[in-house]
Amino acid sequence: MKKNDLNRRATLKKIIAKGKRYLHYFIISLISAVVSVAANLMIPLLIGDAVDCIKTTGNVDFATISKYLLFIGLSVGVSALAQYLMGLCSNRMTYGITRDIRDEAFRHIQKLPLSYLDSHATGDTVSRMISDVEHVADGLLLGFTHFFTGILTILGALGFMLSVNPLVALVIIAVTPLSLIAANLITKHTYSMFKVQSSTRGEQTAFIEELMNGQKVVQAFECEESTQERFDEISERLRVCSVRALFYSALTNPSTRFVNAIAYAGIGVVGALTAIAGGITVGGLTALLSYANQYTKPFNEITDVLAELQNALACAARLFELIEEPEQSPDEECTEHIGQGSNDVCFENVSFSYNPEQELIKDFNMNVKSGKLIAIVGPTGCGKTTLINLLMRFYDPDDGRILVGGTDTTKVARSELRKNFGMVLQDTWLKAGTIRENISMGRPDASEEEIIAAAKASHAHEFIKRLPKAYDTVIGESGGSLSQGQKQLLCIARVMLTRPPMLILDEATSSIDTRTEIQVQDAFSKLMKGRTTFIVAHRLSTIREADMILVMRDGRIVEKGTHGELLKLGGFYKELYESQFAH
Amino acid sequence: MRILREKKEKTMKTLAVYLKNYIKECILAPLFKQFEAILELIVPLVMAAIIDRGIGMGDKPYILKMGLLLAAIAVAGFIAASIAQYFAAKAAIGFSTELRSAVLRKIHSLSFSDFDAAGTSTLMTRMTSDINQAELGVNKILRLLLRSPFVVFGAMVVAFTIDTECALIFLGVIALLCIIVLGIMVSTIPMHTKVRQGLDKVTEKTRENLAGVRVLRAFTAEDEEEAEFERRNKKLTALELKVGRVSELLNPLTLIAVNAAIMILIWTGAIKVNIGSLTQGQVVALYNLMSQILVELVKMARLIIIVAKAAASGKRVAKLLNTESTKLSGTALPKANAPKGSVEFSNVTFTYKLGGAPAVENISFTAAPGETIGIIGGTGSGKSSIVNLIPGFYTADSGSIKVDDVEVNSFEPHALMKRIGIVPQKAELFKGSIRSNLLMGNPDADESMMREALKKAQALDIVDSRPEGLDAEVEQGGRNLSGGQKQRLTIARALLKNPEILILDDSASALDYATDAKLRMAIMNTENPPTTFIVSQRAASMLYADKILVMNDGHLIATGRHEELLNSCSVYREIFDSQFSSEGGAA
Repeated sequence: MKKNDLNRRATLKKIIAKGKRYLHYFIISLISAVVSVAANLMIPLLIGDAVDCIKTTGNVDFATISKYLLFIGLSVGVSALAQYLMGLCSNRMTYGITRDIRDEAFRHIQKLPLSYLDSHATGDTVSRMISDVEHVADGLLLGFTHFFTGILTILGALGFMLSVNPLVALVIIAVTPLSLIAANLITKHTYSMFKVQSSTRGEQTAFIEELMNGQKVVQAFECEESTQERFDEISERLRVCSVRALFYSALTNPSTRFVNAIAYAGIGVVGALTAIAGGITVGGLTALLSYANQYTKPFNEITDVLAELQNALACAARLFELIEEPEQSPDEECTEHIGQGSNDVCFENVSFSYNPEQELIKDFNMNVKSGKLIAIVGPTGCGKTTLINLLMRFYDPDDGRILVGGTDTTKVARSELRKNFGMVLQDTWLKAGTIRENISMGRPDASEEEIIAAAKASHAHEFIKRLPKAYDTVIGESGGSLSQGQKQLLCIARVMLTRPPMLILDEATSSIDTRTEIQVQDAFSKLMKGRTTFIVAHRLSTIREADMILVMRDGRIVEKGTHGELLKLGGFYKELYESQFAH
Repeated sequence: MRILREKKEKTMKTLAVYLKNYIKECILAPLFKQFEAILELIVPLVMAAIIDRGIGMGDKPYILKMGLLLAAIAVAGFIAASIAQYFAAKAAIGFSTELRSAVLRKIHSLSFSDFDAAGTSTLMTRMTSDINQAELGVNKILRLLLRSPFVVFGAMVVAFTIDTECALIFLGVIALLCIIVLGIMVSTIPMHTKVRQGLDKVTEKTRENLAGVRVLRAFTAEDEEEAEFERRNKKLTALELKVGRVSELLNPLTLIAVNAAIMILIWTGAIKVNIGSLTQGQVVALYNLMSQILVELVKMARLIIIVAKAAASGKRVAKLLNTESTKLSGTALPKANAPKGSVEFSNVTFTYKLGGAPAVENISFTAAPGETIGIIGGTGSGKSSIVNLIPGFYTADSGSIKVDDVEVNSFEPHALMKRIGIVPQKAELFKGSIRSNLLMGNPDADESMMREALKKAQALDIVDSRPEGLDAEVEQGGRNLSGGQKQRLTIARALLKNPEILILDDSASALDYATDAKLRMAIMNTENPPTTFIVSQRAASMLYADKILVMNDGHLIATGRHEELLNSCSVYREIFDSQFSSEGGAA
């Protein structure tokens, strides 16, 4: 419990630190709140005074009434203006902080190591950046203004009541704790009910998701009835706990209203008796009753705000978890450069694993001369991407070195290293934007001629030309309406434009029609000419031409050599080759 | 207009059915709420009496009596409100529970065409957030929708009984408040939509950035990404501030309107008291009534938003419930001497509901019992469409499809489904155990039957490598299994059905060639081998098929065995060559 409090306090401090830039808005907002609440609280008092001037027939002091009405008008104007100002300022502060946090989080993501991103679901990270930030903004910042004005109203109303008549005010003060206790009791009681409800609801949602994704299977295997039964069973459990949770939580309002009503009755009686004794006027009593209403209302709101605040803090903690995740080693410290002229790639005693318990690559050595072709083969899911991860420095080796042109890659800035590699993966990722933007991703300053030349060289020009707006056609997220093959051609054009000395390619076996397939192959071979190439191979011709084949299995490199050598070896490669390529 | 109203009525009718078990609650909840509201309206009158008679005449016992009355009203109000809350909660949640069950039943009854047209994520939303919204709506309506107008109206009536002219001020301020609230709502709704869109853009950029992180980093495009994100984020903030400037007007404007009315009330009251047509206590009562109206109006504005959302959700759910299922159901059964596992297509043309051009056109072929039929072709060539037509998942536009000599459309659905085992493209497993997933194929299967099916599917190692064996846990969607493992388990599930017809819809894509080959051999070597359809992009999976259907752009362009097609069909040869390379095909 203590530790939780500490964490919460730490989170709060961090949020405050983020808001420093907006201190002036914060201060104006606070001052406006004080002015608005004070002016607002003046109104019942003035109305009470005005009512006092309306006594009996023929006994009405119009001059004084008009004076009070003028004051009321003024108070209303000031309060309304201050309220608007407060709203504007707290909006500026809230949305400003939200924007800053999102920007910071996004910048931070660009520097996070891939090991983090690979091990965290995209959806989770997105929800931290979008909905968690929103909750923080709503709950914490807007909540704060509510909280602040609430407290001010309570204190102000209390002060005014005491000034009108201390004795009657005491009635209110005596009853208030009851309202708090009631609210507190209910919250405590319902918390556990809500927990059961939300976990049951989670169970139901997961089941629905599964059913929707597998609906066709359910129907194909005629499991409609049994799934319906299971669903209804979960639903019934959810129903029972939901009714309880909803009912008990819905008691908060009647309970506080009840306490308020009792306070109201108390003030009525005590106030009336005092009035008979001459201790208070009818107008004073009216003002008191009105204050009693204003005074108890914030109590309800504050309970709500506190609940929201808890939620906001939890969201903020998740958010800071992301922002504070350690970045990858900074590029600035990498001062060396890749050796000019030579693009030899050399693995020296490289060891690597994603988690320490499962050793993948151990003491791996390999020397690839400039311009050679390295084929990587192995069954699906054997971990061929691991090599790509190491070459591109998406991950760094645990031990040993990878040298490019004689320089240790960990001593070269990542951006420089990556500029030397062109990468075409099977997962053809394109960004939402125009075709032109996608091709020129690696060189945003490329000229029109260069872009078209690259597209022509990779056989992409033909289909681009036929698109409604040619190079300015906007493609949706992840390629949208383009076919798999067309996407692949664009990915090749993208690399064609940057003309890097080394390549990392993944030969696709995926679903593309024959004609495009031939074009892709042709584009690939053009690209490979004269470049050091690492290729995840699926074609017999590729592995036959390779200068070296790396055979991978279960994430490990198990064999290494040329096609002939490996066949002679008679190991896993031979088995693989025979089942996969020869029949 | 009339059509709109009829539509609305239809929505209401469709949904109201699910409240019929809660009629008692639906009547009692508002009734008790109403009772509470009446009590609340009495309070200012009691207070006026305290002032005029109690204070005015110095009648202390009267004040105490009235005080006790106020306390009694408070107690009664609390009890009434609690009862109302209970009934409202019970009815709303009961409603959503029954509705959800009905929606699932509806989804189960949809044909694949209907399902595709609706879309998975849409149906998911209907089942979850839409029904939740509807539930919230019912709850709020039962509790508040009758109460708030009642209080407003009631306060008006009470005001009229006190003084007609002063009550007219009430009418004026209510109208003014409505204009303010509506005006701000109407002018901010389009702005809110824009904010949503802005937020979507920010979300989209984040998602895209994460999905393409490897490529983006490979091209060192991080800086451009940051700039783009900041641009979108800035735009969003500007939009949010713009909405804020308008919507923040709500509270100050209401404050002004209400107090202006109170000022007029006091002035009019003063004049009336002066000429003797009103008392001081009555002025105070009118003032209190005004405050009550204000509180209720604010509640109502919030309520209207919730109810509008709930109504929109309810409409969507009702629309789903009212969709006519296009699922066919016949009663015909094959004759006793009919071939077991024969499939015949003649001149079949089929178009997806959403797609314009036919997916397959004029397809004719026959498959004899026990034969292996390979279907090969590029993406979108119509391979999967053919196999999806066999179990009647989709209905052909024209032509005839027969299984065991019976038209698929008139086949008794249960009997048809029993004959066919399907392994879909995407391996779908369900939360539970390996056993529970296999039992989907055949609820009566015993352990040895399961092991046999697993063995054929090359999946025995998955079970044997787990200490819990068949009872090993399968997480939601089978996410604790690899793609290959999932595929093999789905194959075992289909085999356990012991089907006459087995459909493997590109279902070996995650298996390596060796496993794929072993699997095919195991199926073919069964005692009574099923008629097997193998859909694949891989020529290697076709080599031993009795018949290969070569599909291109929805047309069946060639039928034959591997060797024949290699000689006669250029498309087939191209596919084969592209996968085996021309010079090394026979290596």
